[in-house]
Amino acid sequence: MSTLPHTARAIRDAVAAGEVTAVEVCQAHLDRVVATNPSLNAFNTVCAERALAAAAAVDARRAAGDVLGPLAGVPVAIKDNLCTNGLRTTASSKILDTFVPPYDATVTARLEAAGAIVVGKTNCDEFAMGSSNENSAFGPVKNPWALDRTPGGSSGGSAAAVAAGCAPIALGSDTGGSIRQPASFCGIVGLKPTYGRVSRYGLLAFASSLDQVGPMTRTAADAALTMNVIAGYDRADATSSASAVPDFTAALTGDVKGLRVGVPRAFVSNGVDAPVLEAFDRAIATLKDAGATVVDVELPNAPSGIPVYYLVCTAEASSNLARYDAVRYGHRTTLAPGDTLQTMYERSRDEGFGPEVKRRIMLGTYVLSAGYYDAYYLKAQQVRTLLRRDYDEAFRSVDVVAMPTSPTPPFTLGEKTDDPLQMYLTDIFTVSANLVGLPAISIPCGFDAHRLPIGLQLTGRMFDEATLLRAADAYERATQWPTLASV
Amino acid sequence: MQYETVIGLEVHAHLLTRTKIFCGCSTAFGAPPNSQVCPVCLGLPGALPVLNRLAVDYAIKAALALGCEVQRESIFARKNYFYPDLPKGYQISQYEQPLALRGSIDLDVDGAVRRVGITRVHMEEDAGKSLHEGFLDSARRSYIDLNRSGVPLIEIVSEPDMRSAAEAAEYFSRIKALLVWIGVNDGNMEEGSLRCDANVSVRPVGQTTLGTKAEVKNVNSFRYLEKALEFEIARQIEIVSQGGRVVQETRLWDSSTGRTQSMRSKEEAHDYRYFPEPDLPPLVVDAARVEAVQQTLPELPEARRARFVSAYGLPAYDAGVLTQSSEVAGYFEAAVAASGNAKAASNWIMGDVLRRTKEHDVAVSAFPISPESLGGLVRLIDKGTISSAMAKDVFAQMFESGRSADAIVAAEGLAQIGDAGALASIVAEVMAANVDAVAQYRAGKQQTFGFLVGQVMKASKGKANPQLANQVLRDALAEGAGQ
Ligand SMILES: [Zn+2]
Repeated sequence: MSTLPHTARAIRDAVAAGEVTAVEVCQAHLDRVVATNPSLNAFNTVCAERALAAAAAVDARRAAGDVLGPLAGVPVAIKDNLCTNGLRTTASSKILDTFVPPYDATVTARLEAAGAIVVGKTNCDEFAMGSSNENSAFGPVKNPWALDRTPGGSSGGSAAAVAAGCAPIALGSDTGGSIRQPASFCGIVGLKPTYGRVSRYGLLAFASSLDQVGPMTRTAADAALTMNVIAGYDRADATSSASAVPDFTAALTGDVKGLRVGVPRAFVSNGVDAPVLEAFDRAIATLKDAGATVVDVELPNAPSGIPVYYLVCTAEASSNLARYDAVRYGHRTTLAPGDTLQTMYERSRDEGFGPEVKRRIMLGTYVLSAGYYDAYYLKAQQVRTLLRRDYDEAFRSVDVVAMPTSPTPPFTLGEKTDDPLQMYLTDIFTVSANLVGLPAISIPCGFDAHRLPIGLQLTGRMFDEATLLRAADAYERATQWPTLASV
Repeated sequence: MQYETVIGLEVHAHLLTRTKIFCGCSTAFGAPPNSQVCPVCLGLPGALPVLNRLAVDYAIKAALALGCEVQRESIFARKNYFYPDLPKGYQISQYEQPLALRGSIDLDVDGAVRRVGITRVHMEEDAGKSLHEGFLDSARRSYIDLNRSGVPLIEIVSEPDMRSAAEAAEYFSRIKALLVWIGVNDGNMEEGSLRCDANVSVRPVGQTTLGTKAEVKNVNSFRYLEKALEFEIARQIEIVSQGGRVVQETRLWDSSTGRTQSMRSKEEAHDYRYFPEPDLPPLVVDAARVEAVQQTLPELPEARRARFVSAYGLPAYDAGVLTQSSEVAGYFEAAVAASGNAKAASNWIMGDVLRRTKEHDVAVSAFPISPESLGGLVRLIDKGTISSAMAKDVFAQMFESGRSADAIVAAEGLAQIGDAGALASIVAEVMAANVDAVAQYRAGKQQTFGFLVGQVMKASKGKANPQLANQVLRDALAEGAGQ
């Protein structure tokens, strides 16, 4: 492992230059998966044969002198809620534990078309519902920096896989912070793109108006490289945007001079652990030293983000998860003579879904029910509009808004599992980007006294991931925090 | 007490697009079960809907034909309920903001015009089909065919403006004719391309508030619609007139028993938990698109009927029959162009043509006699080449052989003897062979004239022009009498 390049860009270049073969790279990463998975539980499915075959194909293309894709030979891990043709896709749910999709998500198809090698499907909270990866039918994922800690969620397996060196790139999905919070907890980079920037086709829907797929990497440059491949209009997703996609890697100038960084001081000062706040302040100072201007902004409606988020996401989830009805695919209960259709529905779903998923389906069903719709769902949509105005106002004077990604460093496994509300509050800084649709990135900004990672979150204007990546890259160059955990 | 019936209809019509509303699968009817499906219409995890543009254009077309205002922005919504043939657990429909509002259609009720309001026209996807019968293990399990899942539908909701079962049937029939006329629906009720639910209530005559309604589902033919409504109306009047109250509920029509029966009560009614479909952006239809679709709209039945009266001088009745479908209307206009005689063309079409299309179950477009050919026949009659009586036989031969009237008349030597000279010799022969009758006529027994005309027609093998034969015979008889 140590002799091989660690970043996607370096691997791509080394494979292209013939310094290493794609098969060697793939085997080394598979070895790392095998070595770490017993302790991390980051992967639900490892596809060694398929990966080695794909890697051999890249080597053959190179040998034949064919043009190689921008990620040729780069191992990638795919969150298990993204469809992979012929490869089991479970959303970490018992209800789909044997489901093999007959088609690819647009993002996985684009990655593979770019030469990336899928090594496996990563563990996550069931249907991406959770903030600690403890809601998985396949057991929790451990944090590579401290095995008694959560890697965050819901894309905990993807974050742990990248931090442990199982793959330089993993795809995650982010509905309320599910890329950024695990990135923060695992000391890596995680980008939630603008809503509509990346196709959702083939992403197992949790909350359709909030879900976005994005990269989890160890460097901003690798996030940019991945975005170059996965971003852009997809005719199979009616909500994907036709906005022009810039070359994100070209945006990485290393320069943040004149960048206006907004800090919602009132929002950020409340309920944040001291080590997190200290790391955050140091990060802001670093950006200032690099030439950025720091400006105070206000987001008066941001504190409403959590209740609004849990109304919207549960409402949509209750509908999105209705298709898991045991009729066409997925877990079906054992039926006895005399059992009715209703029995099949109820028992299959009762056996197939975990407690958090059931909780959200019930909440969402209630939110949409006759007589409650206006008070809950409609009201939540109205607050969403107010929140959008807050950000519009802030972006009149700043280019990015900075906050901690999470109010705490990674917490102990089991610490919050009995208290859903406490668990929900860990998303306080991440949900508003989803509610408004804005792009946001989490980047490593240090460690606490127990050497647990802390993340800095930057939120940008609609479709301005380039500025986020430029700031992240410049900050990275100025700090050089380690991103590879030695499990 | 006298009761008044109040009926509103919800008509569901498939749109004739080749592909489904949210995916590229074929909509063709009759394919092997589950052979026209994909991740989207199977509701596989992660699949997303993409709106079919042509389906929208067809829906706009229907809305315009119904006189509706097409809305600049309409919103797709999810209607949530569990059913095995509904793959996603929700139907994508439109709810609070439908595609089009406020239209109307005119019915002819006992010679008077009754305008029925159209509340709304909205777009939605069809569900699949549950197959409960016909399999060896049908007692134990049901099968699902999802070929129909995602076929585009419009739902046309009327105001409660109909007052009898017959009016409701007339309304449904007009809607069907109109949708077929503009080419957005095939009118095939057996295949489920057109379906209808009815909201029925009764109230004492003079009362302005509506009575409690029952929704009658599953009425998929004109005959059953009228029967189901008559049954339901009688049922409700029976209840109310005995001092009872109608229960708000959904009732299912059972054509085998001829009755409606309770399916679910208001309390058991689904809470569909409608909310805006987050996978589809609002449907924006700008004025230019409405205008473009308007351009594709053919002349509508009402307008064509009026034009047939004004331009061709047809009786209103004829115009009504000839505009029952755009095919018939087109056939008529082509026949007029070929014959120059609108009333004669109308008579032929309303009589022999339509009767034979029914008898032989053949579409007007596939009728063996082309309108040009029919025009040719009319011309032969008008020129006096053949008699109307002979024309019937020629028509029959044209239908059998597909040949033109000219060809048949020439080949069979059917042209009338319209030449006075040729007739004079036949008349002379007849008079010579019927000396007694001639004498009787000349003696004043006028009745024998008919007998002699008959003999002339017989001798000419029916080809004598009857008027001319009369004239020549009368002249010959008069001549002889003067000698
Ligand atoms: Zn399909």
